[in-house]
Amino acid sequence: MAQHNNQFMDVIERFKESRSVTIGATIIVLFCLLAIFAPQLSPNNPTKACLDDRLISPFTEFRYPLGTDHLGRCFLSRLLYGTRISLMVGITVVSISATVGIILGVVSGYYGGLPDALIMRLVDATLAFPSIFLAVAIAGILGQGLVSVMIALVVVDWTKYARVVRGSVLSLKEKEFIESARSLGATDLHIMARHILPNIVAPIIVVATLGMAYVILSAAALSFLGFGPQPPTPEWGVMLNAGRVYMRTEPHLTILPGLAIMAMVLAFNLLGDGLRDILDPKRSVIE
Amino acid sequence: MFNYVLKRILQLIPALLIVSVASFSIIYFAPGDPAETICTGPDGNTNPESVEKFRIEMGLDKPLHTQYLIWLNNVVHGDLGYSFRSEKPVFEHIITAFKATLKLSIVSLVVSLIIAVPLGILSAIRQNSLIDVSCMVGASLGVSMPNFWLGLLLMLLFGVYLHWLPVAGYGAGGDIEHIILPAITLGTGSAAVTARLMRSSMLEALGQDYIQTARAKGVPEQVVIGKHALKNALIPVVTMVGLNFGYLLNGSVVVETIFGWPGLGSLIVDSINMRDYMMVQGCMIFVAVLFVAVNMIVDISYKYIDPRIHYGAA
Repeated sequence: MAQHNNQFMDVIERFKESRSVTIGATIIVLFCLLAIFAPQLSPNNPTKACLDDRLISPFTEFRYPLGTDHLGRCFLSRLLYGTRISLMVGITVVSISATVGIILGVVSGYYGGLPDALIMRLVDATLAFPSIFLAVAIAGILGQGLVSVMIALVVVDWTKYARVVRGSVLSLKEKEFIESARSLGATDLHIMARHILPNIVAPIIVVATLGMAYVILSAAALSFLGFGPQPPTPEWGVMLNAGRVYMRTEPHLTILPGLAIMAMVLAFNLLGDGLRDILDPKRSVIE
Repeated sequence: MFNYVLKRILQLIPALLIVSVASFSIIYFAPGDPAETICTGPDGNTNPESVEKFRIEMGLDKPLHTQYLIWLNNVVHGDLGYSFRSEKPVFEHIITAFKATLKLSIVSLVVSLIIAVPLGILSAIRQNSLIDVSCMVGASLGVSMPNFWLGLLLMLLFGVYLHWLPVAGYGAGGDIEHIILPAITLGTGSAAVTARLMRSSMLEALGQDYIQTARAKGVPEQVVIGKHALKNALIPVVTMVGLNFGYLLNGSVVVETIFGWPGLGSLIVDSINMRDYMMVQGCMIFVAVLFVAVNMIVDISYKYIDPRIHYGAA
């Protein structure tokens, strides 16, 4: 137990040391706070159009700190509420695709044989499509909306988890502790849930963190292309697309949502890269 | 070697069959009856008689699995059906679009290598210097930057403010003026990934014993870096070209749409918006086969690039 604690403290120490983990986590916490307190922080209703106040530039009027869009909606409020949508889409898609991928990956790696062959062919087929083409086709066929975008992204995203999990399970399966659990009469389900799953948490966390970055970026791209939520929704990709018409006179409508997307994606990428360096099993073998 | 290639091709067949089923079923996931869907334009007007005629003509009254087999047979023979909008064969449209995408991808790849390789090498030989840190910060930003945003910013700067380059379009068959902005937009993202890889593989190569030996026997530093280290460090970067191709193909969807570049990416987006489902189907299957083929060729060419890899046991 004492050794277990030491290892835990060791990991915590390394978290603090890693610059990319610190920066990434700080930005993510900040975005979460903005998302939670969006109603309190927003100076105006993000979807209320006020045609008398159209296209106000930032820092010119106290009522609208970051100006307004082409329908006179407060741009700061829309950006703040956009944080909620991006985080919500990221968390939803990552949790669903991770769950699907982990279950299929464990089954595939643990049982091998026919289930493995079937699941892996499904992975191959999904990966045969360049992901955005597949996502665009699915989202397009299902019709505009946030749900279509999320379904499309789950379909392209689950394979990552399945592959990582399958690989880890394959190497774990032959370990002595699994064998001893089996010889003690543990059921397959028990072995998978209690002995295998806890040992593959680290790679899953890394893939899921980088997955957040990928999903948020892709969701914004699909929304930008017009497959996402419809105009009153303050989604960053949608805002960017609406703003590009006024790019010449009001560039802030294009620049600010893009900066927001980039900051959020960067934060998850930094955190994911940092976590990978810390949790990389190769490193712990060396030490 | 031949056995390996054959094995790889055979392995692909089940996956490609699933791909074909997925592409085939696209029409059935779209709301409404397929015959009606195909006959209905964006205006939404259908003539029931012509729908019925079309249904029989296209074999859409037959059971689903028969329809699939007929369709698959046509696809294998290069017949992807007809575009609803232009009434020309889908395959013709796809080939024209593919040429545009290929052109853009190649130029983007060149752009990305021109940016990434020197910066990656420089970062590695000046590890932890200001150059290294700024390159790697730049790479992180490049990976995280939405390409549609970068495209719009470049358009704003070079097209709208400076008037140096056309804002969008294809020009006379994709001339150099029109290709620069989309190629930079598309190339930057893959440059960021490639620069990181170049740096880490260069660092790894520089840490090898043969580098020390070369230095010890008095080989000039430029030769050590340029010949001994770089040759080995380039292997993973070259193999990345396959991955890069996927990256560029994905990026092309957004970048082509913004810049009005008539490639596969804008073709599929337009076709979805116009409910031209035969075209969407055709694009999907074409892109998948293309992607799979490129990945396979890259895999096989590893052997030629790196003679240390053997496929005997694989």
